[in-house]
Amino acid sequence: MASIDITDVRKAYGAVKILHGVDLTIQDGEFVVLVGPSGCGKSTLLRMIAGLEDISAGEIKIGGKRVNELDPKDRDIAMVFQSYALYPHMTVAGNMSYSLRLRKTAKEKIAKAISGAAEKLSLTPLMERRPKALSGGQRQRVAMGRAIVRKPKAFLFDEPLSNLDARLREHMRGEIKKLHQDLGATSIYVTHDQIEAMTLADRIVAMNAGIVQQVGSPLDLYDRPANLFVAGFMGSPAMNMFEGVYRVANGGSVELAQGIVVPLAGPASTADGTKVTLGIRPEHVVVGKDLAGGLAAEIDLVEPTGFGTILHSRAFGRDVKAFSLERGLAERGDTVSVSFPVERIHLFDTASGSRIG
Amino acid sequence: MTRPKRLVATVAHRAAILCYVVFALFPLFWLLKVSVTPNDLLYSEGVRLWPSRTVFDHFDFVLRHSDFPLFFRNSMIVSLSTAFIVTILASLGGYAMSRFTFRGKFWIVGLMLLTQMFPLVMLIAPIFKILSPLGLTNSLSGLILVYVAFNVPFATFLMQSFFDGIPKDLEEAAMIDGATRFMAFRQIILPLTLPGMAATLGFVFTAAWSELLFALMLISGVDASTFPVGLLSFVSKFSVDFGQMMAAGVLALIPACLFFFFIQRYLVQGLTAGAVKG
Amino acid sequence: MASEPYLYSAPALILIVTVMLVPLVIGISYAFRDMTLLDPFSGGFIGLDHFRAIAKDKTFWLALKNTVYWTGYSVALQFLFGLILALLLDKPFYGRGLAQALCFLPWAVPSFLSGLNWAMLFNPVVGPIPHWLYGLGLMSAPDNLLSSPTHAMWGPIIANVWWGIPFFAITLLAALQSIPRDLYEAAAIDGATPFQRFRSITLPFLAPTIAITVMLRTVWIANFADLIVVMTNGGPADRTQIVASYIFTQAFRRLDFGYASAIAMVLLALLLVYSMLIVLLRQTLLRER
Repeated sequence: MASIDITDVRKAYGAVKILHGVDLTIQDGEFVVLVGPSGCGKSTLLRMIAGLEDISAGEIKIGGKRVNELDPKDRDIAMVFQSYALYPHMTVAGNMSYSLRLRKTAKEKIAKAISGAAEKLSLTPLMERRPKALSGGQRQRVAMGRAIVRKPKAFLFDEPLSNLDARLREHMRGEIKKLHQDLGATSIYVTHDQIEAMTLADRIVAMNAGIVQQVGSPLDLYDRPANLFVAGFMGSPAMNMFEGVYRVANGGSVELAQGIVVPLAGPASTADGTKVTLGIRPEHVVVGKDLAGGLAAEIDLVEPTGFGTILHSRAFGRDVKAFSLERGLAERGDTVSVSFPVERIHLFDTASGSRIG
Repeated sequence: MTRPKRLVATVAHRAAILCYVVFALFPLFWLLKVSVTPNDLLYSEGVRLWPSRTVFDHFDFVLRHSDFPLFFRNSMIVSLSTAFIVTILASLGGYAMSRFTFRGKFWIVGLMLLTQMFPLVMLIAPIFKILSPLGLTNSLSGLILVYVAFNVPFATFLMQSFFDGIPKDLEEAAMIDGATRFMAFRQIILPLTLPGMAATLGFVFTAAWSELLFALMLISGVDASTFPVGLLSFVSKFSVDFGQMMAAGVLALIPACLFFFFIQRYLVQGLTAGAVKG
Repeated sequence: MASEPYLYSAPALILIVTVMLVPLVIGISYAFRDMTLLDPFSGGFIGLDHFRAIAKDKTFWLALKNTVYWTGYSVALQFLFGLILALLLDKPFYGRGLAQALCFLPWAVPSFLSGLNWAMLFNPVVGPIPHWLYGLGLMSAPDNLLSSPTHAMWGPIIANVWWGIPFFAITLLAALQSIPRDLYEAAAIDGATPFQRFRSITLPFLAPTIAITVMLRTVWIANFADLIVVMTNGGPADRTQIVASYIFTQAFRRLDFGYASAIAMVLLALLLVYSMLIVLLRQTLLRER
């Protein structure tokens, strides 16, 4: 096991810049998830750590040792690919033992290592099969097994669950988490799925357009997103965002469209008249029948999820989404009141996108 | 469509297919027919679909009393060596084309395309001039050298298309597992490309087996003659003994047909890669 | 490692350069030299003499005309019958695999053997074709088509068509099978007749394949001398001589390497011009779209 230090790492293909200087330290034994939309550079960063992409500038250290110039084979890391990349002409056992055979490990040791891994992943009855004869979930487990037999310094995961169907994905998510708790191995996990990021990570690194947007614990990112990107990316259904103007009056408030004024919990650290964006998560929007309690909103779509209900409504000329665990709150066409509890409001500077309160 | 109309369409379709099959096979059928027709019937029953009496005299003569076994052997040596060498070189080159971006790649591809465009007859004279002082005319090695060079560009494109079909992830996984790139190529990628290599082997064999003009130019002695050269010498030397010539032709056809059924599945890829080749 | 791709491709490249590129350059130099194999005093620089001779060479001009005739008819007929065969084979039917293999078999027949085979079929002594043509009234007597002063070229052309249909059929069949089936279903639901579907879906999808194959094939067939060398050797009286076979005759039979190289250069230049024209034409057509 080892820590990983990434210092001002950049990647460019000719004039096209993919990564604009990433700094990140991953502690020994930590599970870090890189999350972001496709094309944000998260996979490139992972492949640079693996040694599959050249590092244009900056430095990557694994276990305190600079690895920029090392070939993948000399970095002592394991990787699980999105496609699993199982060797089609080898059996499950052959796939799992390949790295050990390359290292000329003794036969008995190999046998012990792969049978241990197979047991952990319940692959024991499948050891003589070829990848073609396995289901998607089984292949995924073989890919994991191939990574763990070797006891590498770090595990890298490149969207390992995105080829599975929803139920299997949920199951494997749990397996990966358990495995990490068992092995305590340093892991870097790339995904575009924020649920995976939330559930798996010790720390999440949210990335966009080649820049790290925020680093923190999952709940940190959810409760205190550092900027508009993170606020919009984390959470489903997505956060409501309303543009408005900050007013110092009344101990801080935001003036939205049609002269609607929403009070804040306290004054924000910005000047009167600044353009701001007010954010509120759908599950925090309070929906009521009593129109005096909030803003009048007309329901135009009701989506029951079984678990709860998503209400789409129209208020002060904007779309407002609300999520409630209650059923039968309203029907299409009803007029209801929506209100934004002050302690749940996120405030961002519209121009810079940064959080201001 | 109504039922009778559909029936007519089906019948017309099958009839058209049948026409094509007959057209494709008839010349080969005639080749076979002449090769088993005894000489005394060849002229009297020239137009009959099948002679009233068949004999294997021509095959017997060709196999036992002519130089054809020698020509056959020479052609086999030349075609097999060419096919094996080309397949190895093209695998290496095709892998580089498929997996790397490197300076000069554009020009290398351009050069290889160019070799597919210009008339190869242009090279007949200079190649003869270059090879003759080296003692490589009238020799099978000289012929192999020339055929290898001629077939490498197309075979490289073909192998590249096979490599392109193998996910890059596989050798990346191998490299992370601890392999060098060459080990990943040899242990992971090559075993998966074996069918492609077999197809390339088949294409190159067929091409080398059929080559005529350079063989005519570079080979003059019987000892190093390949099948096409030998067969053409039949035309001039003897007062065209059709039976014997066609018996030799049937023999020349056998390896070509074997390889054809062997590479059939890959014809599309092969012809696209070598769109300029036959 | 940065040198890796070069190591992988070096053997192939070295061969291509030494056995193809170097001779090509030497061949071009021959075009300006007096170069006869058996004459030890030859090899001197003679400037444009060969090209002046070509300009006056009646056989060359005839061969050039024959090349156009040979290439044009061969490509057109191979393409037409190849397209029909591809369309026929695109439909699933019982025994399609076998029918396909048999129809494509001529491609595997060595070109010299195809030539000999067809030469025999045209031979009135052992071949049936003259008798059939005579029976159909197309010929006044069962003579050998290959020795006809007016129609001899059709012998090699027919052999070439027989031999080349599979190439077009295979390429076009692959393109046909890459057309998404649901397009046809959508068009059928929209009420298109089979012919309308062919015109509005099949043809536009095939067009790029057709353009590139026809162009490359034209160049290839213009250079393809095997069938002519085997079947007629350019005769009777150079009526079937094409430029490529003329080059071969000059080099192989007359051993006049200088003159052969000069003709080859002219052919190369013509083919280059042709390719450029096609590329230009394609671009103008694409721009107008």
